[in-house]
Amino acid sequence: MTQVLVFFERVQEQLTPAQAELLTHADALGEVVVVTGSLPAAGRSGTGQSSTGQPSAAALAVQGVAGVLTGAEPVAAPILPPDPALAELIAAAAGELDPDLILGTDTPDSVDALAAAAVRLQAGLITGATGVTASGAATKTVLAGSWHTTAQISGENAGPLIATLRPNTASQPVPAAKEPDVVELEVAASSAVQVLEESELASSGRPALAEASTVVAFGRGVEGDLSLVEELADELNAALGASRVATDAGWIDHSAQVGQTGVTVSPQLYLSVGISGAVQQKAGMQTSGTIVAINKDEDAPVFEIADLGVVGDLNEVLPQLIEEIRARKG
Amino acid sequence: MPGSLHIITLVKWVPDAQLERRIGADRRLERSEGILGELDEYPLEAALQIAENYDDAARVTALTMGPAGASAAVKKALQIGADDGVHLCDEALAGADIYATSTALAAAVNHLRVSGGAQQFVVLTGMASEDGESSAVPAQLAARLGVPALTQARGVVLNGEQLQVERVSGDRVQKVAAPLPAVVSVTDQANEPRYPNFRDMMKAKKKPVSALSLAELGLTAHGVESKVSLVEAEPRPERTAGELIHDDGTAGKQIADFLDKEGLL
Ligand SMILES: Cc1cc2nc3c(=O)[nH]c(=O)nc-3n(C[C@H](O)[C@H](O)[C@H](O)COP(=O)(O)OP(=O)(O)OC[C@H]3O[C@@H](n4cnc5c(N)ncnc54)[C@H](O)[C@@H]3O)c2cc1C
Ligand SMILES: Nc1ncnc2c1ncn2[C@@H]1O[C@H](COP(=O)(O)O)[C@@H](O)[C@H]1O
Repeated sequence: MTQVLVFFERVQEQLTPAQAELLTHADALGEVVVVTGSLPAAGRSGTGQSSTGQPSAAALAVQGVAGVLTGAEPVAAPILPPDPALAELIAAAAGELDPDLILGTDTPDSVDALAAAAVRLQAGLITGATGVTASGAATKTVLAGSWHTTAQISGENAGPLIATLRPNTASQPVPAAKEPDVVELEVAASSAVQVLEESELASSGRPALAEASTVVAFGRGVEGDLSLVEELADELNAALGASRVATDAGWIDHSAQVGQTGVTVSPQLYLSVGISGAVQQKAGMQTSGTIVAINKDEDAPVFEIADLGVVGDLNEVLPQLIEEIRARKG
Repeated sequence: MPGSLHIITLVKWVPDAQLERRIGADRRLERSEGILGELDEYPLEAALQIAENYDDAARVTALTMGPAGASAAVKKALQIGADDGVHLCDEALAGADIYATSTALAAAVNHLRVSGGAQQFVVLTGMASEDGESSAVPAQLAARLGVPALTQARGVVLNGEQLQVERVSGDRVQKVAAPLPAVVSVTDQANEPRYPNFRDMMKAKKKPVSALSLAELGLTAHGVESKVSLVEAEPRPERTAGELIHDDGTAGKQIADFLDKEGLL
């Protein structure tokens, strides 16, 4: 049976949608063991009980997860990115299991830890894959989404294939199972990189951009007034995305940027509002299911890839659209 | 005095993303023409700023690995302001994957570290190469050099011998620090790259560029074998324009009809 080691950079009380999705991929491939440097404390959530200090794998009580490997003190002294000890932990876990595949979500922190682990394990690495097979092949779109490729580990002793998987590549529901056992390995957090300050990014209360099934994205055309796009996003339960011009202007945090140097999204529906559609913007959204674009310039490049293009002023089109959606829902 | 500093900044020669890019029948990216990757201008700018603000001697070396044409990327880096350039070029590196690339670049960095003779060094890279798009070379390079990786820097400063980087980790903004030496990958949020003027271009002509082969690094072709290779590549069917309508006062309703019909509401 194929042995799959899944790496999570953080495990909190609940899996992120991308983490749940990765477990769906992994479960379809073989027997799954999760490795992570951090686990929440048991007996905290909901029950009102005080924390016991024992790690809880309740979030990982998911079909297919046979066990959890973690570091020496996952609750009191978790190993968190960008600590290079994460790579050591992954390598130690691989030493225990001799996996055929090591998978992670396609976030910068997971890529870093898995890339460094690949050096230790002398293993091949593919980042940003859309699928993997048990025999060590991975599919991926490259060159800003314009080519489909399949890559394969090759050569003698090519070792496990290490891959990160993009979100929105598997259906998500993961049936619950009993809480897996946790085994602590002899790997501790290091002080190679010191975290001087840390603060949470302001939460928008909307779905996470990379994982959302609908994205409303806006650009210079909104001229700093987000009220209409926010209202539209609320009606559609969509994530808010933006062009670089909009994030550079400070209208929204940089983490909302879609494109080559921002987030790559592949939602079922991408609504582009007041965005011209430069190559760097297209690079992050052109694998979306359906693209609807509103722009007052009929020559805007975004129309070349839009399934429905509307030449018009967003300030006139959006209020009507919002009203129509409300009417249909109500 | 903090001691002399050698800043090695990585520049990759990549096909221009504004033009059509193709993977050939040999399943290799066509590289007949190229430019200095736009995303490698940000670490170069960071390198120049660190050097300018450094209290002791600081030198900026632009290092590339690539085919013959890649020396163009090094030359551009010299025009922008690097002090010297190094081009690692070897047949055996064609089609190198992340693993092979980081092996060769780590050997080149170690070579420069020894031959450069500076007391301290730091390696700066871009956040992603425009053709590989893996964002994994920096972490592998750091692992091979045995130094910390501070990746995806939105800002980087050298404070004495301590590098300080602002980055995003999951849903947090972090300020992290590590002592030299280290590898730092720099994003396009970090700075505004400068443009070379005529004077800079003239000056660049006199700056040294050296070539390196694998043998000079003590590596064999076997030592830089890729772990993964492309087995299939095909162009994604191009997205075609769908319907284009002009707002006649009912566009909002027409979008809603479209979404309804597509089952997207
Ligand atoms: C290295 C590098 C990396 C980059 N990375 C990214 C990236 O990741 N993501 C990204 O988005 N960009 C990126 N860019 C920038 C990119 O090249 C474009 O500059 C940017 O996407 C343009 O943003 P925009 O479409 O909002 O602005 P503009 O290009 O100015 O377009 C604004 C559009 O709004 C329309 N408009 C104006 N008013 C209205 C109105 N009332 N109603 C309807 N339409 C209206 C206009 O017709 C116009 O088409 C990058 C650039 C570089 C050099
Ligand atoms: N062949 C190369 N030559 C020089 N630098 C490179 C090369 N490949 C990768 N890099 C550096 O590593 C960064 C990340 O590349 P990648 O991991 O391919 O996305 C790039 O922005 C470059 O700075």
